[in-house]
Amino acid sequence: MTLRVRRIALRSAPVMLALSACFSLAACGYAPSGDTAQGELTVFAASSLTNAFTDMAGAFEAQSPHVKIVTNFAASSQLATQLIEGAAADVYASADQEQMAQAGAAGRIAGQPVIFATNHLVVIVPADNPGHIQTINDLAQPGLKLVLAASGVPVRRYTDHALAALADRDAYGTNFADSVYANLASEEQNVRQVSAKVALGEADAGIVYTSDVTPDIAAQVLQIEIPDWANPLAEYPIALVANAPHGPGGQTFIQFVLGSEGQAILARWGFGHAP
Amino acid sequence: MRPDIGQRGPRRQARDSAGMRTLVFLAGGVLMAGLFLPVVALSWRTFSASGGRTPGLLSDSVVGAVSLSLSTTLISTLVVVLLGTPLAYAFARYRFPFKRPLNVAIELPIVMPPVVAGLALLMTFGRRGLLGAPLSALGLSLPFSPAAVVIAQVFVSAPFYIRAAQAQFEATPRELEQAASIDGAGPWRVFWSVTLPLGQRGLLAGLLLSWARAVGEFGATILFAGNLQGRTQTMPLLVYGALESDLTSALWTGLLLIAIAALALVLVSLLARAFDREAVDDEGQSLSS
Repeated sequence: MTLRVRRIALRSAPVMLALSACFSLAACGYAPSGDTAQGELTVFAASSLTNAFTDMAGAFEAQSPHVKIVTNFAASSQLATQLIEGAAADVYASADQEQMAQAGAAGRIAGQPVIFATNHLVVIVPADNPGHIQTINDLAQPGLKLVLAASGVPVRRYTDHALAALADRDAYGTNFADSVYANLASEEQNVRQVSAKVALGEADAGIVYTSDVTPDIAAQVLQIEIPDWANPLAEYPIALVANAPHGPGGQTFIQFVLGSEGQAILARWGFGHAP
Repeated sequence: MRPDIGQRGPRRQARDSAGMRTLVFLAGGVLMAGLFLPVVALSWRTFSASGGRTPGLLSDSVVGAVSLSLSTTLISTLVVVLLGTPLAYAFARYRFPFKRPLNVAIELPIVMPPVVAGLALLMTFGRRGLLGAPLSALGLSLPFSPAAVVIAQVFVSAPFYIRAAQAQFEATPRELEQAASIDGAGPWRVFWSVTLPLGQRGLLAGLLLSWARAVGEFGATILFAGNLQGRTQTMPLLVYGALESDLTSALWTGLLLIAIAALALVLVSLLARAFDREAVDDEGQSLSS
């Protein structure tokens, strides 16, 4: 009898292992597949658009009750990869032109992308400011825990530009950028992971878009401005995906985003107007 | 389930109708294909993407992730064995309050989504967590550190070892231990020279499974330890992170992880089979005597 207990334990262990592995996969969450029912528009949008495009979807659905919008928020780079690997979607809204161009180069974009919003960068620190950061200069202080998005994610590309621009000025010193990167504690998968780590108080500082300081986290963070001359203009392009299951519907949604109602929603969430 | 140990001779096949057999094989075959096709596809894509060469394996990020995964899982497995063996022994041999609910609760990390485990660890060991203040008084800051990687691995993998070790200790013949203690061996001596050697196969199988789970840990790690190359970016994190920027590295690392998992499974099944043979031998002896 006792022998059987042991045999069963040895046999069931791989099953338990497999069980937990499937939970790990679920945590990664891949894009919704081509399961688009009648009138279901799939919109792939940059993480920074999470709040704005959730509202946008609601407003659009209210205007056209027969349409249901399914949103997929992730880093623009991750969305581009999903599109390149064949994920079915109708609309792609990226946080930079580069990721849009990559999806386009792979033949996944139909027509000409249009800029629909702009954004800027800001340094955020937890409200109790454990790293005692008062100015941008302080980001170079050794021992800080700085959290940035991973390379390839648009906000990281803009951040790299900003740091390079700052390092070009004598006041900051040529080592400025290197000293800042030496403080990297983690490279997060998207910009909202960066703002979350700062809002949680685990990181001393992070660099995000001004629009990422949403009412949800505004009380938990302090903002430190990046000088205008070093702060790149983030331009958000939107386009119809090639072979979109609902092309006309997708086009209507893009028009809605570019229209006055869509632009008002974006402005409410801290985005700049389309040029 | 395989036949009971007592049942000897060639195993008989079920005498089902041809129609039923066909249906069973058909359904089983579909699932088998579903389980193995992704592995085949990943291997195929890996080799075709890199033209049969292995440049992806040599990149700094892959080397960094592999060595970090090996060193952190070495430590976490050591911690699991050192602390898990006494716990498993307690569950197997002692009576104590709340033993039954605790015995069930010990498996919670197995069924708990790892990303939730990461959040829970952050709420415990994070700067504003339950133990955040005392830890920072000691000058310790765990999030974003390799120590956090180890903690996440211990949290999710310990139950696998504890369960296997517990079953092993429950199954160890008490007569042998009693014989040793009658011969004058103290309780520690009995444990070290009888209980532990008799249980080594079960313990090793549990250790392998727990290690394999630790190597594959993703959700708790990315939330609690963050993601930085060479510091907290283990192999699964690299697969996720490199997907967008360096698909070849992601594919090679993924293949390597599958190989590690397969190796662990094969070793565990070999251990189980060796154990079955031993059990049959034992029984043969007891029957003949």
